[in-house]
Amino acid sequence: MTMELDVFVGNTTIIDEEVYQLWLDGFSVADAVKMRLENGALGECEVSGEVLHSDTMDQYRTFQMCERLLHCPSKLANQLLFQIPAHHQAMLIERYYEFDHMFAREVLGKKLSKGTKKDLDDISSKTGIALKSCRRQFDNFKRVFKVVEELKGPLAENVQHHFLLSDLLAKDYAAVVFFANSRFETGKKKLQYLSFQDFAFCACQLISYWTVGAVDNMMDDMDVDLEKEFLHDLKDLKVLVNDKDMLDQHKSLVCSQLRGRIRVFTEMEANFKNLSRALINIASKLTNTKDVRDLFIDLVEKFIEPCRSDKWTAGDLTLFLTHYTSTASTLETYRYQVIWERYMGVVKSCILKMYHD
Amino acid sequence: MPGKLKAKIVAGRHLPVMDRASDLTDAFVEVKFGNTTFKTDVYPKSLNPQWNSEWFKFEVDDEDLQDEPLQITVLDHDTYSANDAIGKVYIDIDPLLSSEAATVISGWFPIYDTIHGIRGEINVLVKVDLFNDLNRFRQSSCGVKFFCTTSIPRCYRAVMVHGFVEELVVNEDPEYQWIDRIRTPRASNEARQRLISLMSGELQRKIGLKVLEMGGNAVVGYLQCFDLEGESGLVVRAIGTACTLDKISNTYAPASAINPCNSSPSKDTKEAGFGEEAPGVPLSSGPPTPLRAQTFSSFSPSKSYSRQSSSSDTELSLTPKTARICLSPSSPTLQSKSSPIPTTKALRSTTPPPLHVSQSDTAMLRKSVSFSEDLLLAASGMGSGGSAGKEAGPLKALLRQQTQSALEQREFPFFTLTSFPAGFLLHVGGVVSARSVKLLDRIHNPALGNTRSYKLLDWNSFTADEPETRDAWWEEIRQEIKSHAKALGCHAVVGYSESTSICEEVCILSASGTAAVLSSRFMQDGALDMDHRLSRQQAPVFTSGTEKGEGDMGSSASLGFEDLAPPGCGFCHIPYDELNMPFPAQLTYCHCCRRFKVPDVLFTTIDLPTEANVTGKGCLIQARLCRTKKKAQGEGNATAISNLLPFLEYELHTQLMNKLKLRSMNALFGLRIQISIGENMLLGLASATGVYLTPLPSPGGIQIAGKTPSDITYEQHISNMQKKINDTIAKNKELYEVNPPKLFTLDPEAFRCINTELVEEVIGSPIPEPRQRSRLFRSHSESSDEVSELDLSHGKKDAFVLEIDDTDAVEDIHSLLTDAPTPPGFYSCNTEIMPGIYNWTSALQMFTSVRVFRLSNVNLTNQGLNKVFNDLCENLLKSLYFKLRSMVPCCLCHLNFTVAVPEDELIQVAVTAVAMSFDKEQTLENGRQSCDKTLMKAITENEEQLQFPLELTAESSSNPLSSAKGLSEVSGALPSARAPSVDYSSFTDRCSSWIEQLRLKAHTIRRGSIKTMSSLEKASPLPEGRSRSLRSNRSYAGGSVAVVKMTPLSFIPGTKIIKYLGIINMFFIRETTSLREEGGVSGFLHSFIAEVFAMVRAHVAALGGNAVVSYSMKECVFMENPNKNQAQCLINVSGDAVIFVRESELEATPPQPQSASTQTSSSGEGT
Repeated sequence: MTMELDVFVGNTTIIDEEVYQLWLDGFSVADAVKMRLENGALGECEVSGEVLHSDTMDQYRTFQMCERLLHCPSKLANQLLFQIPAHHQAMLIERYYEFDHMFAREVLGKKLSKGTKKDLDDISSKTGIALKSCRRQFDNFKRVFKVVEELKGPLAENVQHHFLLSDLLAKDYAAVVFFANSRFETGKKKLQYLSFQDFAFCACQLISYWTVGAVDNMMDDMDVDLEKEFLHDLKDLKVLVNDKDMLDQHKSLVCSQLRGRIRVFTEMEANFKNLSRALINIASKLTNTKDVRDLFIDLVEKFIEPCRSDKWTAGDLTLFLTHYTSTASTLETYRYQVIWERYMGVVKSCILKMYHD
Repeated sequence: MPGKLKAKIVAGRHLPVMDRASDLTDAFVEVKFGNTTFKTDVYPKSLNPQWNSEWFKFEVDDEDLQDEPLQITVLDHDTYSANDAIGKVYIDIDPLLSSEAATVISGWFPIYDTIHGIRGEINVLVKVDLFNDLNRFRQSSCGVKFFCTTSIPRCYRAVMVHGFVEELVVNEDPEYQWIDRIRTPRASNEARQRLISLMSGELQRKIGLKVLEMGGNAVVGYLQCFDLEGESGLVVRAIGTACTLDKISNTYAPASAINPCNSSPSKDTKEAGFGEEAPGVPLSSGPPTPLRAQTFSSFSPSKSYSRQSSSSDTELSLTPKTARICLSPSSPTLQSKSSPIPTTKALRSTTPPPLHVSQSDTAMLRKSVSFSEDLLLAASGMGSGGSAGKEAGPLKALLRQQTQSALEQREFPFFTLTSFPAGFLLHVGGVVSARSVKLLDRIHNPALGNTRSYKLLDWNSFTADEPETRDAWWEEIRQEIKSHAKALGCHAVVGYSESTSICEEVCILSASGTAAVLSSRFMQDGALDMDHRLSRQQAPVFTSGTEKGEGDMGSSASLGFEDLAPPGCGFCHIPYDELNMPFPAQLTYCHCCRRFKVPDVLFTTIDLPTEANVTGKGCLIQARLCRTKKKAQGEGNATAISNLLPFLEYELHTQLMNKLKLRSMNALFGLRIQISIGENMLLGLASATGVYLTPLPSPGGIQIAGKTPSDITYEQHISNMQKKINDTIAKNKELYEVNPPKLFTLDPEAFRCINTELVEEVIGSPIPEPRQRSRLFRSHSESSDEVSELDLSHGKKDAFVLEIDDTDAVEDIHSLLTDAPTPPGFYSCNTEIMPGIYNWTSALQMFTSVRVFRLSNVNLTNQGLNKVFNDLCENLLKSLYFKLRSMVPCCLCHLNFTVAVPEDELIQVAVTAVAMSFDKEQTLENGRQSCDKTLMKAITENEEQLQFPLELTAESSSNPLSSAKGLSEVSGALPSARAPSVDYSSFTDRCSSWIEQLRLKAHTIRRGSIKTMSSLEKASPLPEGRSRSLRSNRSYAGGSVAVVKMTPLSFIPGTKIIKYLGIINMFFIRETTSLREEGGVSGFLHSFIAEVFAMVRAHVAALGGNAVVSYSMKECVFMENPNKNQAQCLINVSGDAVIFVRESELEATPPQPQSASTQTSSSGEGT
C-alpha cells in the first residue's frame, strides 16, 4: 500500500524558506525530512514524518520546476507558470545564487571549465558541501561569468542587473568573475590561509583601481581586465629601487617618520631595501600575464612572510605602508606619483587585508 | 446577428528552442476560427518574436461565435521539412459577446502543448463587432450571461428567478475513433480538446436559448460536467438556474435606473401580448417611485417576446425594463378561502393573520393596478393571468386545472443556487437525493427489450436519439427528486446538483438537492403555481408585503408573524405537516420564536443562510466508506452495484449522524455525497459543514450499549469508551464554541409556547435506563426496501445509542473517535461561509491537492478498506493544515473532496479549497459588516422595489392533504412504479433513492433538565459587531505579471466585485511519454495543475480581470502506465472572471473598472 501520487499546488506558490535552504544545500528528500524533524522548528504542529515527507516532496518539486527560471532570474518575474509574491521571488533568486565561501575559495582563480567541474567531488569531500550544492554553485559561477564576461560597464552592476542580486552578492560575484577571468593563483599552499573574503576584498580593490573602468567611465569600460597601459607604466617605478640615491633617500624619509612609532623599527630599517625591492619588482613584472596570476603569491612570499617572521603587527604594517607610499611622493626626482599612488593604494590595502594568520 | 471577429498577434516570448543548431526558433502563428485560417509572417531566429501582425478578420455567424473557440497555433518554420508545432492557445470569445462583460481580450497567453506543457507565451489582441440581427428564428443566444456562482452575483440583483435549465449534448469521443490508431497522441488530444470546447460552446448556446425563451437574461449556478463514457461516447451536460438579473448601479440613483427603462422600447411589451398591462408602463415615469415600478417583472413572456428581447443583444440587459403588472388569478381565491379553513394548529389560529390586502376584492386590485400605485402583484404565469383574475367564482376548479397543467408544463422546480436573496428561502425540508445505475453498453438480451429498452439502446451507433436517451435518464431522476420534495411538503428543490460516476460500462447517475419552500417573490409561472397549489390546499396564510425592509422578513412575514418571529429561524420551521409527517421525526418548538415546530436535525445541500441563527462555529464533517465488490461485467456488475448502494448510503448517513452528535451540532449544510465505482470497490464520501442552529434543539449525547452486560471487563471497556466519547463531545463543544442557549426562559410568553411534550421529556429521563436502550446501530435490517428506511426510528428513543455487538461496531466507534481534531488555529468547512468567523483578512490561498493511493493488498476486507480510505482523507487534511500553517488563524473554506477509482487498486482523492486567514482580534474596523451593509443596502433597495401588497407563499406546515398524498406517493409509488421493470437501473432507483430526511432518529436528551436563563441570553450569541480587518494585503505585484486571485467562493473578503467578465470554462489534456524524466506521476501532475492555474490566470488577466471566483475543478482524470513511461491527465476547470476592488480603495476613490489595456501594458512590460 503506497502513495502513488501526492501533489499540492497553490494558486500562490507556497515556499518554505527552510526547505528551500535544505534543497539548495543538496540534501535528499529523506535527509531533509530527518533534518526538519530534528530541528523541531515545526513547533506546535505535531506532524508525522509522512506529512513532512509529502510536504518536502512538494516543495522539492516546486523548486526543481523553478530552477529553470532561476537560471535566468529576469524570467521569474514575467513567467506565468508560478504566481510567486515579489518578496519570495527575490528570496528565491538571492538564495539560489548565494554560495559557500569555502567552496568559492576552492574554485577561485580556476578556469570555470568542464575540467574543474570534474574536480567538484574532491572539493565536495574537502569542504563537506554536498556535491549537488557544489554543482549548483559552480554552474552559477559559470553562468554569471558567461553573461557578464563580454559586457561593458561596471562588473558588479552588470551582475546585479542581469541576475537581480543584492549589492553584496553582486560584488562577490564580481570578485569570482574577476578572478576566473584573470586566473589569479590562489591555490598554492602558502595562500591557503587566505579566505574568500580576503580575496574578494582584493578583487574589489583591483577592479576599482586597476581596470580600464577605474579611470575611465566611458562606454567601452571593461571591468574584467586590468588596464594594460597602467601595467606597462608600472615598469617605470623600478627607478625607486634601481636609483641608489633615491632608495636611500626614501629609506631615510620613512625611517624618520616611523622612528619610535613602530615596535619593529630596527627590523624595518634592516629590511627596508628588501621590502621595497619586493614591492617594486612585483609592480614591474605585472606586464606578464603569468606574473599577474602570481600577484598574490608574490605578495605573500616576498612581503608578507618576511614581515610576519619579524613579527610585525598590523598597526606597524599600516604605518609603514602609509609612509612608504607618501614619502615616495615627496622625493624630488620621483616623477611617477600618479602611477605610484594607484599602485600602492591597492597593494597597501591588499597587503593589510592579507596580513593575518 | 453575425459578427466580425478580429484578432491581432503581437509578440511572443520565452519560446522554446526549436532549432538545435542555432539555439533559436523561426516562429510564425496560425490563427484559425471555424474554417478560416490566417498566418503571420515568419519571425526568424528569435525566442522573443515581435510579429505585430495586421488585424485578422473573421466574418462569422453569431452561432459560431458562441460555439467555436479562437484557435491560435504557434509553429516553427522549417524550410525542408514540415513545420513543427510549438503549441496552441484556445481563446473562448464568449465573454466578448455580452456587452456587460469584457470588451477586449488582450494579454499574454501561455502557449500550451498537450505533450510538452507550456512553451512560452504569446501576446494576442481579440475584439468582436456584433451586428444587430432581428431574425427571430436564430439559434444563437449571445448576451445571456453565465455564472458559475451559485448565488445571485454580487453586483447584480435578481429581478426574477425563472428556474431550472438543463441541456446535454453527446458526441463520439475522438480518443476512441478508429483514426486514433494512426494519429499521434498530440493530434488526438487536440481533437479532443477542440471537440469539448465546441461542445461546451454549443451547450451554453442552447441553454442560453432556453433562458431567452423563459424571459431571463442570465444563468446562475451554471454547472457543466463531462461524462467520459469511453467507447460509448462523450456527454457534456449542464444545469443552471435561469434568472433575470439587473446590474446594481453604484449610486442607486433612481435617475440612472429610469433611463434604460424608458429608453427600452415599449414595443417589446406589446408584442408580448400584454396589451392589457400596457397602462402600467407609464407607471415607471411616476417620479416618487420610479424604481419600484421598473424592477419587477413577474410575467413569463411568451416565446416570441423572448426572442425579441434577446435581439437587443448589445444593450445592457435583456430584461425589458418596463414594468409589468399582472394579476394573479389565484390571489383572490386565496383570500376568499382563508377564513373558512381552520388551521389545525391552535397556535396558528390564535394569531390573527395580518391580511393587509386580503380584504380588497378583485375589482379593487384591478383598480390599484391601473392607477399604478406601487402595488405589484405576484402573478401566476400561464399567459392568461390577467383575465383569469376577474372570475372569482369558478376559480377553485380552474386553479386545480391550472396548477396541474402547470406542473406538467414546468418540469422541475429546481434551483442550482445554494444561497438566496433575502426572503426567498422560506422553509427547508431536508435533503432529497436519487441515484440510478445505468448500463452504457449494448444489451443483447431480448428479454429486456420492453418498456425500458430505449435506455439500453446500442450506444456505439451514434444515432440522433442519444441525447434523448440521456435526457430520459436524467428526467427520470429529476422526477424522483421532485416527488421526494413533494413528500416533504415542499414545492421546490434548491442547492440542486447532478453527478455521475462511470466505471467501464456501468454508470451511476446521482442527483441531490434540498427540498424547500420558496417565496414566490422572485418566481413566476410554474413554480409560482405550485405555490398556489400548496397554499390552496393548505391553510392559506398571507403575507403583508407592504413595509418590508429587512432581509429575513420574507419568511417571517409570510407566516404572518412579521413582528414576532425573529429572523434567522424561519427557514428551520418544518414545511411538512406535523400530524402527518412524511417520516417519523422529533419535532420541538423553535428555540428562537417558539411558535413553530422544528426538526431535531436538519440536513441540507445549500449554504448556511446569512441570516441564520447559529451558535458557535461550524466544522467540516465527513463520512467515508469503502465497500468491496466482486468484479463483474455488464448486467451482473450493475446489479451488484445496485444492491450495494443502499447499504452504502445508509452507513454514510449513520456516520454523518454520529459525527454530528459527537460535535454537538444539529444541522448539516452543503451536504455532498459522492459515490464512486471501481472495478472491485465502491467508495462513498459525504462531506458537509456541521453547525449548531440555535432554533433547533440541542443534540443529545451518544450512548454506547454493550451486548453482554454481565461481563465486567467488557463493561469496563464500554464505559471507557463512553467516557472517551463524552470527553470528545465536551472538547468539541469548547472548540466550536457551541454553548447552546438554555432551553427555558423565564419569559412567560415564551414558556407558554413550550409544548408539554417537551416538559415531559425533560422530566422523563435525564439518563436513559439500560433497558430502554434500543438498538440503532446496525440493528436495523438493512433491506433495500425504501419503506423500511422510512422507519428507521420508530418509537421514542431517549438517546442516540450505539450498540457494540460485534467488532464492526467497535471499529466504527473507533473510527468515529479517530477523526483527528483540526490543529489549533484552523477551522474547516465545505460551505461558502464559516459561521462564527467574520473578520477575514484578505490573505487567501486557493489550492488543489491530489492523491492517488495504491492498495497493494488485493484481499482487503471492508474494514481494512475503510481504514485505508479514512486514513487517506485524514492524512490529506493533516497535510493541508501543515502546509497552510503560516496562515493561521485561518479557515479552509469550500473544502471540496472528489474521490475516484481510476484503476483496480487505486483510490484517487482530489481536493480544491481556499484557505482564508482571519484576525483573532475582533476589535478592528468593521469591514465585513460594512460589506454586508452595502449588500444589504442593495438588497433592501431591491426589496423596496419589490413590495407586493399580497404575497403568495406556501405555508405548508398545516396541510394534511398534501403531505399525506406526498407520503403515499413516496412509499407507494416508487417501488410499484418500477417493480415490473427488469431494468437494472430500477433496482437502484428503488433502493438508493432515499430522502435524507427520512433519517435515523433519536431523541435528544437534555440532561441538564430545567435550566433557566434570561431572555436576553437566548438571543444569538454571535457578536454582531465583529469585524474583519481591512489590513490591506501587501500587494505582491509579481514583477510585471498581474496577480490573479482564485477562489472557490463567490466572493473575496475585503473586496467588492465590480464587474463580472464572463465564465471561464476550460478543458485541458496533458500527456507524456517520458514520465520518469518529468519527475514521475507526481511531477507530471504537479506541473500540469500549475499549468492549468497559469492558463486560467492568463485568460482572466487578458479579459481585464484580477480574480476568479466560484472556481472549481470539475474533472481530474488521471491515467498512467508506468511500464510504458506514459501518463495522461484531463482537467476541466470553471469559474467566473471578475474585477474586484479593495473596499479600502473603494472608499477612497470611486470604483474604476480596470480596463483591459492597462492590464496588458502592465503585463507587457516584461518584454
